[in-house]
Amino acid sequence: MQMKIVAGVVACALATMALKPATHKPAVNRVAGGTVAGKVTFTGTAPRMKPIDMAKEPSCAKQHATPVMNESVVTGAGNTLGDVVVYISAGAAPSTPPGTAATFEQKGCQYLPHVLALEAGQKLEVKNDDQTSHNIHPMSKLNPEWNKSQPPGAPPIEVVYSKPEFIPVKCNVHPWMHGYFAVLNTSHSAVTPADGSYSLSGLPPGKYTVTAWQERFGTQSQEVTITGNETAKLDFVLKATEY
Amino acid sequence: MFAAAVAIIAVASAAVFVSHIWWLPPDISALGLRIDSQITETMIFTGTLFVAAQLALAMFVWQSAGRTSAIRIFPGGPIPMVVLATVIVGLEVLTLLFIGTKVWANIFLAPIPANALHIDVQAGQFAFYFRYAGPDGKFGVPHPELIDEGNSNFFGLDPKNDTAARDDIVSASLVVPVDQPVLLTMHSKDVGHSLFIPQLRLQQDFVPGLVIPVQFTATGIRKTEIVCTQLCGLGHYNMRAYFEVLSKADYAKWLQDQAGQ
Repeated sequence: MQMKIVAGVVACALATMALKPATHKPAVNRVAGGTVAGKVTFTGTAPRMKPIDMAKEPSCAKQHATPVMNESVVTGAGNTLGDVVVYISAGAAPSTPPGTAATFEQKGCQYLPHVLALEAGQKLEVKNDDQTSHNIHPMSKLNPEWNKSQPPGAPPIEVVYSKPEFIPVKCNVHPWMHGYFAVLNTSHSAVTPADGSYSLSGLPPGKYTVTAWQERFGTQSQEVTITGNETAKLDFVLKATEY
Repeated sequence: MFAAAVAIIAVASAAVFVSHIWWLPPDISALGLRIDSQITETMIFTGTLFVAAQLALAMFVWQSAGRTSAIRIFPGGPIPMVVLATVIVGLEVLTLLFIGTKVWANIFLAPIPANALHIDVQAGQFAFYFRYAGPDGKFGVPHPELIDEGNSNFFGLDPKNDTAARDDIVSASLVVPVDQPVLLTMHSKDVGHSLFIPQLRLQQDFVPGLVIPVQFTATGIRKTEIVCTQLCGLGHYNMRAYFEVLSKADYAKWLQDQAGQ
């Protein structure tokens, strides 16, 4: 009897580990189909990002060998833009939210990732890896707003957003902390790394609207038609504003 | 027994103050000496009265212990006694106020030196931010509605339209050069806060809606902590910043590094 329980627990743990994605990249639909891929770049002058002074929180400051830069505009070589959410905003069949939770971490008084894309109805886990208390305050307008403290070692805060919305997140204890929950009603989404690249795969034939969103430079939408298993190239060029 | 306890407690409490067991950290302010001598005067004045009153109490308790006969009362009964006590204490408070006001006025009503380094201070839940005018020597105009902390715009500056705001330096630490008069203009973004730098003998509240000028001159090179000493909410315990006094050369270098960021 006892052996059975132990075996069951181990099996459950293994299953949980297998289900958990190894990285925080958004889930990719693995069924066959077309792909939309491309790059997000900007024109104009991007604002200068300033270093963040974390002196008031030594336990965080010492985690960073070089000062952390403000992340509201992340750029790469060749005017590429990072932290842009690219997603299918229209044309996709309704999907059921994945069973795995999306994870938003607080580490070194920063949000990891800075922009988290998740599906409406998907479980969201907010973790505190720091030796200091945080206060997570997602400033939602369409979904219920909440504001909770999370001391060091506290269990993850679990929440489910039911409506699509781009929600700015701040910490009421550390004013520089800033991030976004991109709650989408699609499983086809990606958050670009600094090189601006994205790829949305597993799209059945059809006509889609693809939207790119950047917190400072706004949104841009384009249409694309998928006929089979091809990869359609779709680049976005957002207009940067210096101030 | 009670008389002895009262006497011992009174003398022991006074001894703690006389011996400076728990005293303020060393003073590094041009005005600190006057404040310290004022604190000492007040302590001697009130301390003497405290010890005398407690010893008198102990003496009366000791004299009256075990007495069954009627004790002598104050001439005229309790009312003249209360009046006399109120007058004595009132005079004491007024005297202290009179002496203390001179020191206070020297800090808060003194003209601001023309060469004072102006630093704009903003307190908000739960951090201090310090703003320097930058290379152009001019502050940008703050617009509270433009405050956007996630984008490092803690003061609500408008660099798009306000050229003076573009080079403003915002720091999370208060850094000043040694022997330089400094003017702080203190304002709050939200609720009441307080800036306390014991080494400067400086403690001033932030009052929402007011811009409060405070001046000081730091005379020693030091790095210490600023803490908020007005309960301001959940994160009050964590509201702090560094206060750093640098040599003139180090300060110039620090300012240059900040301007380059």
